[in-house]
Amino acid sequence: MASQKKSPPVHLSRRSFLSSLGAAGVVATAGPVLATAQTATPVAPMAANSTSETIQGAIPVSLRVNGKQLDLQVDPRTTLLDCLRETMSLTGTKKGCDHGQCGACTVHVNGRRINSCLTLAVMHEEDEITTIEGLGQPGNLHPVQASFVKHDGYQCGYCTSGQIMSAAALLKEKCGPSDADVKELMSGNICRCGAYPNIVAAIQDVRQQA
Amino acid sequence: MEMFTYTKAAGVPQAIEGGTQAQAKFMAGGTTLLDLMKLNVERPSRLIDINRLPLDQVEKLPDGRLKIGALVRNSDLAHHPTVESEYSVLSQALLQGASAQLRNMATTGGNLLQRTRCMYFRNEAMACNKRSPGSGCSAIEGENRTLAILGTSKDCIATNPSDMNVALTALEATIHIQGAKGEREVSIANFFLVPGNTPQHETVLEPGELITAVTLPAPKAGSKQIYLKLRDRASYEFALSSAAVVAVVNGGKFDYVRVALGGVGTRPWRSLEAERVLHGKAADEKLFRQAAEAALHGAQPQSQNAFKIPLAKRCITHALTLATA
Repeated sequence: MASQKKSPPVHLSRRSFLSSLGAAGVVATAGPVLATAQTATPVAPMAANSTSETIQGAIPVSLRVNGKQLDLQVDPRTTLLDCLRETMSLTGTKKGCDHGQCGACTVHVNGRRINSCLTLAVMHEEDEITTIEGLGQPGNLHPVQASFVKHDGYQCGYCTSGQIMSAAALLKEKCGPSDADVKELMSGNICRCGAYPNIVAAIQDVRQQA
Repeated sequence: MEMFTYTKAAGVPQAIEGGTQAQAKFMAGGTTLLDLMKLNVERPSRLIDINRLPLDQVEKLPDGRLKIGALVRNSDLAHHPTVESEYSVLSQALLQGASAQLRNMATTGGNLLQRTRCMYFRNEAMACNKRSPGSGCSAIEGENRTLAILGTSKDCIATNPSDMNVALTALEATIHIQGAKGEREVSIANFFLVPGNTPQHETVLEPGELITAVTLPAPKAGSKQIYLKLRDRASYEFALSSAAVVAVVNGGKFDYVRVALGGVGTRPWRSLEAERVLHGKAADEKLFRQAAEAALHGAQPQSQNAFKIPLAKRCITHALTLATA
């Protein structure tokens, strides 16, 4: 532990910690794992052409995500969800059912919410895509994000980015004033923990502030 | 998912040209097709992305009809001012289908071609005459609680899952189709096929034919329109039974009435039997019950779905009550 004190401060995200765990192997003890973590490369979007030689049948696609234009080579079978997570390392968008039934993968395309698991990346060349990473940032949260914190609108958190993306889009949709109206328009987002009452409260709070 | 070649169609003629090639599929919203491709139920070798085709407008025609482009998204159609005010049964049906996200993706043409939710159709390990003709029907002896009681055959009892199609049936929509041989129009009554011994054929579309638009007749003046959907949970669930009613009542009697059912038929189910009972008669509950009896007269239940017969009758009776209140 003495060596740890001499090291620069460690800013581990859950993801980089888990990634380094994988790299170090499950048999590693705590010490080596932490040591590996300190030197681990931060997760960053893959270079645009780094995978083009290795994917057979890949086709070029230029996507605009969170205001940034990215030129990629993707297998045409790649869903927008897999492209965001695996190719761009934007892992805030979650994969739940992968069949449009749970809403964990909800993102905005041209300001409208969609299930990113049921659309192909190559179909979105001229679109403006927004993920949870582009909605708000630490210190500058989107009102829906701040309200989810305030109202404790989650338990395990896995469905949360999808819930928040859905709720942020709902603010611009035609929706009646009641809790029942919100529940109806949020029914495409499943929360297995059952945080629904707090999710509805968080959304209603934002709507009433607006 | 199996590999395919992907092309973006620049225009309708190019789309049709691509669509006539073997194993080609048109991709619009993707909510059915991509779902089934992941399950290996659909295995297109060519995908033709039609999302950039200029088929995304809703327009009122000079003769009073409403023309809905095949690529108009379900959410946009549901909230279109003319649809909300003049064809509200369609708006109601769309908003009771799927989720807000799926409605933003799904298109008018795609919803017409929505495939059944029969679990045996969706599971490539199981026998299914619709997916694999001649392999048998697993549902008849299996889990059939949600499946059809009208229009079934010994080869298939799969339900058409769409809400939109039920409303379009009550509104007597016309489907506009373009193919290599030219353009044609088919009334919705003639568009969907019952399974018979060829359940793999669900519509009259020929390979390569593209739905370009749906037209609705001029709105029925003074009509009241209801879409009533009964399901296992309050939202985001397919119908066990639904009813679309368009009715004009004058002096307490039906001047005009259209009744279509969802969740119970192998195709969107127009009930001419119910309409015959209702037409010209005094609109009261006793008559509604007679109409419901007539509508379900030929129903053939399976081992788990006999409950759908009384459920559908109550659905029709209540929808008629609401439409004449």
